[in-house]
Amino acid sequence: MQVVADVIAQFTGAERRGAFFIALATALLGLAMAVTGNGDSFGAHGALVLAASIITIFCLIRSFDKPEPSSERLQSYYDEPTKAGIVLAMAWAVLGLFVGDWVAWLLVYPDLTFDAAWASFGRIRPVHTTGVIFGFGGNALIATSFYVLQRTTRARLPDQLSPWFVLWGYNLFCVIAVTGYLMGVTQSKEYAEPEWYADIWLVVVWVTYFAIYLRTLVRRKEPHIYVANWYYMAFILVVAILHIVNNLAVPISFGSAKSYSAFSGVQDAMTQWWYGHNAVAFFLTAGFLGMMYYYLPKRAGRPIYSYRMSIISFWGITFFYMWAGSHHLHYTALPQWVQSLGMTFSVMLLVPSWASAGNALLTLNGAWDKVRDDATLRFMMVAAVFYGLSTFEGSFMAIRSVNSLSHYTDWTIGHVHAGALGWVAMITFGAIYASVPWLWKTRGMYSARLVEAHFWLAVAGTVIYVFAMWNSGIIQGLMWRTYTEGGTLAYTFTDSLVAMRPYYMARAIGGLFFLIGALIGCYNIWMTIRMARVSATNTAADLQDAPVAALQPGE
Amino acid sequence: MPDHDTAVWLSKSYGLVYLVALSLGVLLYVYWPANRKRFDQAAESIIRYEDRPWR
Repeated sequence: MQVVADVIAQFTGAERRGAFFIALATALLGLAMAVTGNGDSFGAHGALVLAASIITIFCLIRSFDKPEPSSERLQSYYDEPTKAGIVLAMAWAVLGLFVGDWVAWLLVYPDLTFDAAWASFGRIRPVHTTGVIFGFGGNALIATSFYVLQRTTRARLPDQLSPWFVLWGYNLFCVIAVTGYLMGVTQSKEYAEPEWYADIWLVVVWVTYFAIYLRTLVRRKEPHIYVANWYYMAFILVVAILHIVNNLAVPISFGSAKSYSAFSGVQDAMTQWWYGHNAVAFFLTAGFLGMMYYYLPKRAGRPIYSYRMSIISFWGITFFYMWAGSHHLHYTALPQWVQSLGMTFSVMLLVPSWASAGNALLTLNGAWDKVRDDATLRFMMVAAVFYGLSTFEGSFMAIRSVNSLSHYTDWTIGHVHAGALGWVAMITFGAIYASVPWLWKTRGMYSARLVEAHFWLAVAGTVIYVFAMWNSGIIQGLMWRTYTEGGTLAYTFTDSLVAMRPYYMARAIGGLFFLIGALIGCYNIWMTIRMARVSATNTAADLQDAPVAALQPGE
Repeated sequence: MPDHDTAVWLSKSYGLVYLVALSLGVLLYVYWPANRKRFDQAAESIIRYEDRPWR
């Protein structure tokens, strides 16, 4: 609670009043939802919004009469939202990975649903995907983007209220999404499951996020905008476009969670996978490339190998990805030429993807001793390797004839996790381990050995997971297409299930490794923050004894 | 509603011009000799340690 009070104490009078009115507005909105949706899960979500708003109002009132902050705050970057974002990202990582591993064990032991609707595969699987992609990934992107934006433009965030609104609003969206799934609220679009009211709320939050970016860029000192910001901006802008178009829907009433999509049939499928694949492209790739283009050179102490190549990759990725979505719909009612278009662009994507992966690895040339000694930099190096591997695999799987073997099998799951665990999570952990000492002004992480332990658990977990799913997927695909001499299918679906079981066990164990790694990371970050608090208290006490040397990042 | 033939014609004519023009534009911007210094400066800029805003 002290942390929240400190944040509010830094707000100006106008910002406190602004925060109060926003919380009041959301409280009224929550109340209206609770009343009109009484008896529906819509009403339950109204109550949740109301409760979150009332807690916020309560916190605001407690610190409302604090003196105005001094203008000294403007002499430093505004890093409080980044700190909170990192802590939230780690909390979501643990939740998302835990639920993911639970789902993995559920597939080994189907009885684990306990005959409860909320614990069925269809409900907890989106809790896992939303928890890791939006909860963990999204919070990490918001947190690091604020950090990188300020350093690369040498401008402080334009105000102190809007970043908190983005963080608060975004996490409210995630909580509404996840609790909704458990109650059975979904519009049945993969990675876009939340219903219309959550979608509208996310648009408000997202526009504010983009506005922060533009308002800071306007005040920048550096004439050229560093390439990491291009990637972060592409992430914010394109995710807004995708989110709005794919979620166009008509609710059955303003008192109900249920809505119907504006699209139907094959158009609906195409819109969904145009969204779905570009969510991979702009949420899970562009945003994290922004992270990589800042943190990897910074941590290695070397500028990016080729700045020109980073720009070519940027335009290649933004242009090609837009057309790749239809490779999710090979051999469907979608016209053949649209499938071929998606396939062609997917293959072409290998060029900008490998340009980025190569650029990252070539940057490390001459710094391999640092990669050997520093697990944080090694996280980023492994991320670049997995980025190269999974983009190659993705282009390959998008080829129609390859897809005929891989589609609907566990190979897809293996591919997704090579990207999500190997690339997205690794680059994020690297960026977090780099930023935490810089943000909390400590000499390093609490324990370098625990970072090392996390690194090896994460690598082992990812490799076990991906190999298990490759095996399982290819066996599955081959069993489904094997015919007897008489022309009938050689295996029943149940036969393929039995064949997959050992791989499902291996996958769940790999996932467990990854989860344990993240838990170790949480402990290490927590202890680093505590260490910073203790040293801050000691510094205040020893202030008269000796001047304390300022710490440099990377120390 | 535009039919299939219209969509194919559009993508084979304007779509192709758009793709080629965009690629050429990007390559020209990237390899324009005068831009070289700016890009080198940008790449170096993040390595410098300046942990405070300029205003």
